[in-house]
This record gives sequence, structure tokens and C-alpha cells, in this order.
Amino acid sequence: MMITPEEIKETLAKVLPASLIETQDLTGGGDHWQVIIVSPAFEGRGLLEQQRMVNDALKEAMNSERIHALTMKLYTPAQWEKLGS
Amino acid sequence: MADEILTQIEEKVKKNKVMLYMKGTPDFPQCGFSAHTVEILKSYGVPFASEDVLADPTVREGIKRYSNWPTIPQIYIDGKFVGGCDILHELHERGELEPILNAAFGK
Repeated sequence: MMITPEEIKETLAKVLPASLIETQDLTGGGDHWQVIIVSPAFEGRGLLEQQRMVNDALKEAMNSERIHALTMKLYTPAQWEKLGS
Repeated sequence: MADEILTQIEEKVKKNKVMLYMKGTPDFPQCGFSAHTVEILKSYGVPFASEDVLADPTVREGIKRYSNWPTIPQIYIDGKFVGGCDILHELHERGELEPILNAAFGK
């Protein structure tokens, strides 16, 4: 079953306190996704650790290849603010 | 026996200053993320070794277990797992990749 943006958001929100989660289907095929996440949980963590948190949250969908590729843009609230968004 | 592959990976990662596990080869990448990763590495003009995970399903599965990272490409510098395409791209943009590479090559 194809994964929906709602399912990605819900799954992430369950384990990651986030002020913003945005998803984009990059190819229209429903399995190459980009997520933008703004979360205070990223504070003080390196890029690798931040991405591990997201990978872990979506583990099931990634292992079953329902998500084949995931591009992540992860920000702390302060970084997001600086982007002027 | 099953973990022979992890030993093999460990050897390659330790032996090569920059080791890239990718889909396809640097000249013929088979995936956009692998292609972009190669592009970034090439822009620094440093030598790097690579292995095509599509050529060997044991490596493809093994590398994910080795780093506990679910996707490919995977970049290792100086024996350490750095991340995938997004992370390399971000480090490159922030100007943080050059010092990592310089340190690895003793510059």
C-alpha cells in the first residue's frame, strides 16, 4: 500500500515534537519523498544524529520500501527562523 | 559466516581515506543521489574508492547493517561514517566538508 503524506506526518509527529512537518512527493510515484521538519529535538545534535532520528521514526516504511528514498531538510526552530520562513 | 561481509566492509572503510558505497559507478551512477554524491566528492579533487552495491546484494544489505543507516549512497571518510547524500550536500554547502577531507589527507 502506498504511503500518504498524512501517514508520514502522523508517524513522524508521534515520536518527534515538531513545529512544522512538510512532505513533498518528489517524483509523483509515491515513494520518493522530501520532508522538511522543524523540531526543537534537533537542537545540539549533529546532522547524522538528526537524520537518524527521522530514519528511526520512519523505519517500518523505509524497510518495507514503501519509502524508497527520503530527502531530509531538518532545522531547529532557530535555524528555521534565520531562513526567514 | 553471515558477518563476513561486515568484516569485508570494515576493511575497505579503513583502507580507503574516502570510501563511497553507491548505486552504479562514479562514471555511470545508477541513481540521482549517488550521482550527486560523486559530483560533490569530485569537486574536491580527492581520490576516493567506491563500490557498486547493485553488483552485490550481500554488500547492499551488509552496508546498511554496518552503519545502521537505511539508504545508499553512504560516505565514509577516514574510517568514519559521515552520512548519505543529504548530509554530504549540507556539509559541502556549509563549508564543513573541506576541513574533514583535509584532516583525512593530512593537509
